[in-house]
Amino acid sequence: MQVYLPIAQISVDVFVLLAMGAAVGFISSLFGVGGGFLITPLLIFIGIPPPVAVATQINQVVGAAVSGTVAHWRRGNIDFTMGWVLMVGTILGSTVGVTLFAMLQRAGQIDLVIVLMYIVFLGGIGSLMLVESLRALLRQRRAPGARFKLHQHNWLHGLPFKMRFRKSRLYISALLPLVLGFVTGVLIAMMGVGGGFFLVPSKIYLLGMPTTLAVGTSLFQTIFVAAYSTLLQAVQTQTVDILLAIVLLVGGLLGTQIGARIGPRLHGDQLRILLALLIVGVWLKLVIGATVTPDDLYSLQVVVPS
Amino acid sequence: MRRSWLNWLCAVAVAGILAVPLAGADDLVVDLSKRRIDITLGFSGAEVLLFGATDTGGDVVVAVRGPEQRVTVRRKEHIAGLWVNREWMQFDRAPSFYYIASSRPLEAIASDATFAGIEVGVAHLRFAPSGSSRGADADAFRAALIHTKEREGLYGTGPGQVTFVGGRLFRTTVSFPATVATGPYAVEVYHLRDGQVENAEQRTFFVTKVGLSAAVVVQAHNNPAVYGLIAVTIAVMAGWLGAAGLRKI
Repeated sequence: MQVYLPIAQISVDVFVLLAMGAAVGFISSLFGVGGGFLITPLLIFIGIPPPVAVATQINQVVGAAVSGTVAHWRRGNIDFTMGWVLMVGTILGSTVGVTLFAMLQRAGQIDLVIVLMYIVFLGGIGSLMLVESLRALLRQRRAPGARFKLHQHNWLHGLPFKMRFRKSRLYISALLPLVLGFVTGVLIAMMGVGGGFFLVPSKIYLLGMPTTLAVGTSLFQTIFVAAYSTLLQAVQTQTVDILLAIVLLVGGLLGTQIGARIGPRLHGDQLRILLALLIVGVWLKLVIGATVTPDDLYSLQVVVPS
Repeated sequence: MRRSWLNWLCAVAVAGILAVPLAGADDLVVDLSKRRIDITLGFSGAEVLLFGATDTGGDVVVAVRGPEQRVTVRRKEHIAGLWVNREWMQFDRAPSFYYIASSRPLEAIASDATFAGIEVGVAHLRFAPSGSSRGADADAFRAALIHTKEREGLYGTGPGQVTFVGGRLFRTTVSFPATVATGPYAVEVYHLRDGQVENAEQRTFFVTKVGLSAAVVVQAHNNPAVYGLIAVTIAVMAGWLGAAGLRKI
């Protein structure tokens, strides 16, 4: 069944959109990532103009994040203290990110920077996670039931402004989540994603948060970040397609709930391996896309319909 | 108001005088099956039938031109192993849609110069670059624009068929993909004989969004903040309802 999307100005199959929404909702709830880094390329692939894809998927992320947050909240998987501290950093970071974006745009190098950022971040995080989680899995196989430390202590724990995050059982410097949030904010502004794919692994590996809490807290924070981005896009670019968002949301709801039910049955290490594989997969696709000779060197962009 | 009305009257009078000799020599009557294409939520493209009558003999060429758009064309370059957009060129008056149909192959009807004079054929479209990166090759960028539009089904790849019925009546069908731009579309019909334009007629029709799809666009542009808030509210409600509803299962 075809539906015409008024802002995107194209007609697409509803069921394709529903399936895409469901897949992203599933991933979103399982891993606490918004799924923006996955759905944006998919939407562009089916012919949605890139600005509409970016602005609309961030609107859908709001819904996916609310749904996921409610599900995780019931299971007590959200560290609100951590969430608020991260959010302060994120808002500061996205403000700086928007300025940087404008500067690079003037220099005509924004496309290159975005591609490079994706490749560096996804490649780095994905490979680190894959190696670490595989190692953890092997360690466990060898010594079932063995107790080991919640997290490693290193120089990061010597920083000032220590704060207690009861839920995460952490006593760390507030600077750590602030800086993490800040970097996430810059990523959100520059890469047009929710930032979960960076935030969740960072919380697990840098802050030492338990995986389920990292996921739940990330979803909680994503609600506000994505809502803020949606408003910004609606006002500045007018590229949010409500109809597209609604169809994606309906699909997303189903996926989110399935994810929240399957998630607890999966072991933290398994979750991490799956997320790592997903990130590495997207990274590979991006590297191929950026290095293989494109079919058509030229691309069109309608600036203003006059 | 009064002045513009007078101007208009004068223009009509002048056009009438000019048209007399042409009309006397040749009759050309044209009409379209619709004056408006409505884009509803179920829109997936449309077809318009153009039909008309003319004197016996000669050929008919039809050109359909969509509203003009400002388009930026970018070219990727291989830099340090990556394909990156580098050179660009902007065209201010590129038609969003272009289609031609003829009763015989164009080269059999008239010379290339004749078609250049009436701006018929993709090659004769007059849109010039309005800006570019340094050293960008205008011809290559123009060709790339046309090529991409052809691939998207927005520029016809070759003349379609104008069919004559009984020597005087003719018809042709114009198809529009779902990506068609909104605005006025000019339909020009030329009657040519012995390589010369005998008569020409123009009709206009509109592509407009109607109903919900129009309301969404109007809101998005006129009340962007409200629109954004609505979008966020829908998302929050959908997310919450989904979580609350499915808990009972």
